[in-house]
Amino acid sequence: MTSLPTAVGTHESTSGAAGTTPAAPGGPRRRRGPSTSQWAAVGFAAPLLVYLVLFYAYPLWRNVDLSLHDYTIRAFVQGNAEFVGLDNFADVFASSTFPTAAWNTAVFTVVSIVFQFAIGLGLAVFFRSSFRLSGVLRALFLVPWLLPLIVSSSTWAWMLNSDNGIVNSVLGAFGVEQINWLTSPDTALLAVTIANIWLGIPFNLVILYSGLQNIPGDVYEAASLDGAGAWRQFRSITLPLLRPVSAITILLGLIYTLKVVDVIWIMTTGGPGDASTTFAVWSYREAFGTGQPDFSPAAAVGNILILVALVFGFLHLQLQRRQEAS
Amino acid sequence: MTSTRPWWKTGLGVVFTALMLFPVYWMVNVSLTRTGDLRSDPPHWFPWEPTFEGYEAVFAQQFPALGTSLLVGLGCVVLTVLIAAPAGYAIALLNLRGRRTLNFLLLVAQMIPAVVMAMGFYAIYVRLGLLNTVGGLIVADSTIAVPFGVLLYTAFMSGIPRELLQAARVDGAGTWRTFVSIVLPVSRNSTVTVALFAFLWAWSDFIFASTLNRNGSLIPITLGIYNYIGNNTTQWNAIMATAVVASVPAAVLLVLAQRYVAAGVTAGAVKD
Repeated sequence: MTSLPTAVGTHESTSGAAGTTPAAPGGPRRRRGPSTSQWAAVGFAAPLLVYLVLFYAYPLWRNVDLSLHDYTIRAFVQGNAEFVGLDNFADVFASSTFPTAAWNTAVFTVVSIVFQFAIGLGLAVFFRSSFRLSGVLRALFLVPWLLPLIVSSSTWAWMLNSDNGIVNSVLGAFGVEQINWLTSPDTALLAVTIANIWLGIPFNLVILYSGLQNIPGDVYEAASLDGAGAWRQFRSITLPLLRPVSAITILLGLIYTLKVVDVIWIMTTGGPGDASTTFAVWSYREAFGTGQPDFSPAAAVGNILILVALVFGFLHLQLQRRQEAS
Repeated sequence: MTSTRPWWKTGLGVVFTALMLFPVYWMVNVSLTRTGDLRSDPPHWFPWEPTFEGYEAVFAQQFPALGTSLLVGLGCVVLTVLIAAPAGYAIALLNLRGRRTLNFLLLVAQMIPAVVMAMGFYAIYVRLGLLNTVGGLIVADSTIAVPFGVLLYTAFMSGIPRELLQAARVDGAGTWRTFVSIVLPVSRNSTVTVALFAFLWAWSDFIFASTLNRNGSLIPITLGIYNYIGNNTTQWNAIMATAVVASVPAAVLLVLAQRYVAAGVTAGAVKD
């Protein structure tokens, strides 16, 4: 188990890398001259820089380009699409799918995160005190996170199947009438959200658990000497001391959840109608989900998603900075 | 440690784990259920009379797909490590100028939705004739892992004691020599973590596979499952059998490399 503390423990030095800057000018740098070592540094970073330009910047630029032109499948191959400015964006905002997708995205994301976090935190606290088999059980909790999404999504789809699903069969034993989880507009979003919550619990558990490990045990001992009960300790010690880790966990959860396509697409393809369509699914459907690909609006929706992601990216950075400062 | 290790907690933990893993159990259960029993009501909770029809179908039909996924996964590992390890070295230990900006770009890169990247790649691949090629899929899949890999390597390498590097320099080792014979061996655990995740993400990828490779002659296993769902919704035991087989790498990695998995999940989120 030596490697886990090393890999996790050294992580704070990502920022530490920047922390070494002040020391550098005084050291060997002055003797060697900055240019030589900078060339070496650039040389080692070169594959990454080339990679980022070719396989990140270029596809993203193509995506912007798609959203500003009117691309049909023929124009795609011939490359003579008409420039339409922001028309695609206007169409997207005016589309009847837009309000539905916005609402679904918000509900899907917020509900997923609230439950993932609450359940993950509860389990992390539960696993904090070690008991027999706790290590093994905690490891098993990782399984849902490691499975390919298509595997877990199709399993959930079959479990929630209206006629033969185990969920309806169990509910039926309690007298609940058959629920058309995936095919009724009332429950489709709920169904994919449940599956997504299940998928996210391991991630929240692992991060919050390792956050808890960093709270010194004597704080709790002191508290219990003062007569603080378990609930009181949770509220006055665990929650406040876990705040930075919680913030990052929730933020990462937001970013991941906004991106989700696979789960929803495999379970409901965003349907029935638009009932479980989020922005990401909408984009996927326009571009690849129907027989007739419509890349330009899809790219426009995608670019809106990127803007949202960027906002959260800056938030993430702010949070990290603040954590470094503290 | 000596005082209380209550059994009731273990019991409760087992119950929680069982609830959590129920869908996984159900997948295995259905994969062993006979076709005729799939629609029985109530469903069979346990495969009393297990059948391997589903698995026979998997190995008859999905064998090439498993090979393709393996190939894509390994290609992705090689590409990711080749790019991420030297970049981590440059950022963490060679004082690369502009490394803060680069770090930020990598963070943002991780937030870009795969569906957006898929459209960009599609537009490029159409022109270059790279649609439905394994190479094209490897490159696209690696975009999930490269930013993560660089950040993980950077984090670990900045923790390497400077004395180690200075000692190497005193012995006359250049930048390249130091990288190959000191930094890389010391960072072995990070390499395992990066490789593990690069493989797992490529193996599990559905979005890139379903957009860039859907008409390919070599389709990965995720697409194999997806096509199955589309084609014969009655044969859920075969679908679930494929799902079980597709989960094998995850299971193996969890058993063999659990500590690396935990390290990878927390990297980027936890600081102490």
